[in-house]
Amino acid sequence: MSKVLDPNHVRAQFPILTREVNGKPLVYLDHAASAQKPVPVIEAQREYLMHYHSNVHRGVHALSQQATDAFEHARTIVQRHIGAASSSEIIWMAGATDGINLVAQAWGRENISKGDVILITEMEHHANIVPWQMLAEERGAHVEAVGVLDDGTLDLQDFQEKLKVNPKLVAFTHISNTLGTINDAKQLTAWAQAAGAKVLIDGSQAVPHAAVDVQDLGCDFYVFSGHKSYGPTGIGVLYGRQSLLESMRPWKGGGEMIDVVSIRNGTTYAGLPHKFEAGTPHISGAIGLGVALTWLNGLGVESVMDHETVLAAQARHGLRKLEGMRFIGTAPESAGVVSFVVDGVHPYDIGTLLDSQGVAVRTGHHCTQPLMERFAVSGTVRASFGAYNTLQEVDTFVAATERAVNMLRA
Amino acid sequence: MNADLQNRQNEIVEEFAFFEDWIEKYEHVIELGKELESLPEEEKQEDYLIRGCQSRVWLTASKNANGEVRFRADSDAIITKGLVALMVRVLDGLPPQDIASADLWFIGKIGLDTHLSPTRANGLQSMVQQMKRYGIAFQADMEGGK
Repeated sequence: MSKVLDPNHVRAQFPILTREVNGKPLVYLDHAASAQKPVPVIEAQREYLMHYHSNVHRGVHALSQQATDAFEHARTIVQRHIGAASSSEIIWMAGATDGINLVAQAWGRENISKGDVILITEMEHHANIVPWQMLAEERGAHVEAVGVLDDGTLDLQDFQEKLKVNPKLVAFTHISNTLGTINDAKQLTAWAQAAGAKVLIDGSQAVPHAAVDVQDLGCDFYVFSGHKSYGPTGIGVLYGRQSLLESMRPWKGGGEMIDVVSIRNGTTYAGLPHKFEAGTPHISGAIGLGVALTWLNGLGVESVMDHETVLAAQARHGLRKLEGMRFIGTAPESAGVVSFVVDGVHPYDIGTLLDSQGVAVRTGHHCTQPLMERFAVSGTVRASFGAYNTLQEVDTFVAATERAVNMLRA
Repeated sequence: MNADLQNRQNEIVEEFAFFEDWIEKYEHVIELGKELESLPEEEKQEDYLIRGCQSRVWLTASKNANGEVRFRADSDAIITKGLVALMVRVLDGLPPQDIASADLWFIGKIGLDTHLSPTRANGLQSMVQQMKRYGIAFQADMEGGK
């Protein structure tokens, strides 16, 4: 049993939450897009910039040593946080999107050939669709997608059916950004690997809300972004199994990723993880992400998930009373996301009137257009909760939505 | 600058000056959206669609016998449609050259300029650009016909 989280205690660490929007206290419910930053994360980046900024891995001087130590320490924090076997399996990326593109380019171009199938799902973010389409187009392969049931659960029967063609790669989201559905990533991975596929999991929505152990999941690749996990933007992580990463050629060339460069004799590459980290990395971002994950561990990620689940349930309970309310995504296993449409009312209008009341939600397709097509809607209103949201904020959100709908229906 | 263009904008600013808070302001925009005659379904086609990321806007333009540009427009979101109605009210029936060079300062004055930002993704900014493009095109048309 995890400890109960006190959101007011958590809130106190987020300076941004004291501000007003349109004259109203900010109610921030857009965590599936990005989370706000706690003081320790802000301070860690400031500390780096104020006291020990320098390039990493190159200098013998004190600042470079200090920056390198902090940068590599952050890598170790990530490794432990997601249960990777070694810190060489943790590659710093610009974000989850960057990580997926690296796999598509570095692994995909060597391993996907004409006629091969790449299997994704209908609930993927565009970042887990488009890089595969680009790869498939280049290699003459096909991208196929597993269907989603009416309640937003992945269609497991369809999943198993589509594995029968032995896809080379199966890429799926751990938790859906639009529906909140939590996929049984371990089971899906086992099935996919039994069919001979490599497995990539998009963990962008999972790391901020759930305990992740890549060795337990058994996946080949796992990606997530820093900023959704209370860390900085511009930093993310690709985890890959060591043997697999070792077999892959680098994608981007440049400094940091080399062993010896010779015009005459050619170039040899650095070992893991640096072989995939060409150029000067986002040093303050990596340090900030390490601090964010440590901070999240301090709260206990299970406690965070429990808290957000309560908030989502309370929101659904309140919203359900509104006439014409239809929830998109009601899977039994779901995270703190509430996505909905209201009959005869455009999501953009609701979002605009919520903003006027200081409530920040996301409206539109949430970068999941195939999912919008699946549910035959042009977009939804999505409230996604974070560790510092309170039940009171949920009530404010529900009341504001009711007011918006009444105004739009009048 | 065209006197009608100025008068119409002044009128809207006065109209909105009555409203004391965001609720009244948006209620009025919603009302304007409801009042604007919808385009018939057959005109809501790809050719007239201005794609916003979230709300869609349709715009048609024609030139009448006096050489003035007539606009008709619609949106699937009611607040966007209300703002569309304001744009049409300001620019409809003006000579092409005045549309092409129109400075639409009223939207800032009534505090709804955030809806016109390029990142707002409601299609409104693209609609204004499209209206101006029609102005330029009809102007070129007239000059070419001389």
